[in-house]
Amino acid sequence: VAQFFNQILHRFFTSVGPDFWLGYCLAAAVHIGLLLNVVAVGALVFIWMERKIAGRIQDRLGPTRVGGKFGWLQTLADGIKLIAKEDITPKDADPLLFKLAPYVSFAASFTAYLALPFANGWVAQEVNVAVFFIVAVLGLEVFGVILAGYASGSKWSLFGGMREAAQVVSYEVPIGLCIVVPVMIVGSMNLVTIGEAQAGLFTNWLIFHDPFTFLVFFVYFTCAVASVNRAPFDLAEAESELVAGFHTEYSGLRWSFFFMAEYGSMFLVSGLAAILFFGGWNGPIPIFRVLGWAYEQGVTGWTVTGYIAQLAGLLNFLLKTVLFVTVMMWVRWTLPRLRIDQVMTTCLKYCVPLAAICFVGAMVWKLNGWWSIQDYAPQTFGRMFADVREEWVLREGSGFRVQGSDARGQESAGGSQEAALGTQYPVLSTQYSEIVVPSYVGISGATNHGPSLDCATPESSVDVSPQETTR
Amino acid sequence: MILLAAINWHSVFFLLFALLAVGFAVAVAATSNIVRMAFYLTLCLGATAGLFFLAGAEFVGSMQLLIYVGGTLVLLIFGVMLTAQARFISMKTSGGEWVLAAIVGVSLLALLLQADYSVASWNEPRTDFASLSLADSKTSTPIGLALTGVRVDQLEEPNEQLRRGMSGYLFPFVIISMHLLVVLIGAAYMARTKRVGRTLMESR
Repeated sequence: VAQFFNQILHRFFTSVGPDFWLGYCLAAAVHIGLLLNVVAVGALVFIWMERKIAGRIQDRLGPTRVGGKFGWLQTLADGIKLIAKEDITPKDADPLLFKLAPYVSFAASFTAYLALPFANGWVAQEVNVAVFFIVAVLGLEVFGVILAGYASGSKWSLFGGMREAAQVVSYEVPIGLCIVVPVMIVGSMNLVTIGEAQAGLFTNWLIFHDPFTFLVFFVYFTCAVASVNRAPFDLAEAESELVAGFHTEYSGLRWSFFFMAEYGSMFLVSGLAAILFFGGWNGPIPIFRVLGWAYEQGVTGWTVTGYIAQLAGLLNFLLKTVLFVTVMMWVRWTLPRLRIDQVMTTCLKYCVPLAAICFVGAMVWKLNGWWSIQDYAPQTFGRMFADVREEWVLREGSGFRVQGSDARGQESAGGSQEAALGTQYPVLSTQYSEIVVPSYVGISGATNHGPSLDCATPESSVDVSPQETTR
Repeated sequence: MILLAAINWHSVFFLLFALLAVGFAVAVAATSNIVRMAFYLTLCLGATAGLFFLAGAEFVGSMQLLIYVGGTLVLLIFGVMLTAQARFISMKTSGGEWVLAAIVGVSLLALLLQADYSVASWNEPRTDFASLSLADSKTSTPIGLALTGVRVDQLEEPNEQLRRGMSGYLFPFVIISMHLLVVLIGAAYMARTKRVGRTLMESR
């Protein structure tokens, strides 16, 4: 099938890829279209879900009529209503910023999707530092809120905007600390690598790696709820105090852009939680890996079974993410809103120290190679971190490959990452030893076998106990 | 079709981002409203981040977004806080300030231009495009390794005497982090409630 399509594409577009502008534009358009659908249609579904969940929690039915049995077209009806509403700009407002603010919010939320993988390798742009990129871009969403608060020319909006600013700036610290823990354990900031490192049984998920990662997930989730401005941390809109907070003066479609941004961010932080702690697209039981359908890392080429496995992975990822979004809604309709000082206390007195302790704890745990549930689970389905990381190192390091060591680097399939580094960069391993040994005097280059005062010879430095670092 | 394909899209996007950056930089200088100024500055710095992404430097681009654009956020907050009472306060620039700013700006421009033209290989356009390879998503690994003590880019240095000094930036990294830690603790110390004074007052 793929060959057939390729032939058609080849006939009409001569080649598809960055070299050819039309193919490039088409590929970009498909990616953008898919992501826009995730954000926009996702928001429609989530708003409906929120109403149903809120209804059930409050012993009501929620929407029941629009679109048939479950009222599942309620959001669409609302959308039509919003389009029909008058677009008002208050007299006191700063017109330019007032009009721009919703788009700033939405653009920040949407841009972060650029680096979010939905299945193994199914990502709009595989960014080498995807986690970092997402955190950086998500932090910009607050711009729109502050601008809206300022430009509306209303005291309620200004209060809401300032609260949001204080809250988001504070919560960026613990959320960053939490995200560093999985990054440190896997040894990569690439989300595809982090997800693929957890392939296999659910015991390989990072949340079960050690007690500290288990704890840090809950810290992350708390901070994520706060950073996307959801109840009980929704002080920026606080209906009971500030009318509607930062979007008091907004109406119509402009108002709905804030909500699309909010639901987009909710999905995004939930997806990040799924990838960082819950294996992403890798299920609790690796059915497709047992069947041998899933793509193996490094194997290129298209198969129907592999595609089905990818689709199942996508479904798996979406299920986990929607589950987290549902938990966020559950929390919203269960807990009362915190006061602003309580929000700050939660962040600075509980989340930051907890995250810091978990960071140090997870680091010590990993350095000592203490037990993990992974050790007691059958290893036949999954793959060790080291294998995934090794492939990644080989791929990433290929630009700095030392001449003549290629063949050896490819053959060391089951070895540890340290050994892979050793074969890949013969000089690198000795450089490590130079740093480890406190009193390095001579130069222990790989070619230097002459008499030297160095206590760590190249031979001894390569096998820095590979068994210990395998995990 | 062929004409479109012949365009060097990399240059087009470079021009786009560069024009955005320059345009918003001019807007920062030309606006008198401080919040709008901060907003334009955000867009200007964002366009610079776009230039970094275009060059394949994803780590530096993300850094630009997190540190510079995020830092402007605080500027924006202060702008709002300081001007919220007299709304939409205008900052009129006097003639003398324009002259001073022009002198500083032109001298900086002259310095940069002089430095640019002093590099011989930058003076004429490159012709060996085929032998060039764009930095492609391999940027963060060497940076991380260099910070922890290994300069991967210098490993192939043939001169062994030179290779000795290539052990990375671990020391400056540690010094900077210690410095930041001290700053953090100092800030927390200065910001905390002064209980001592109150207890003294109460004891009287």
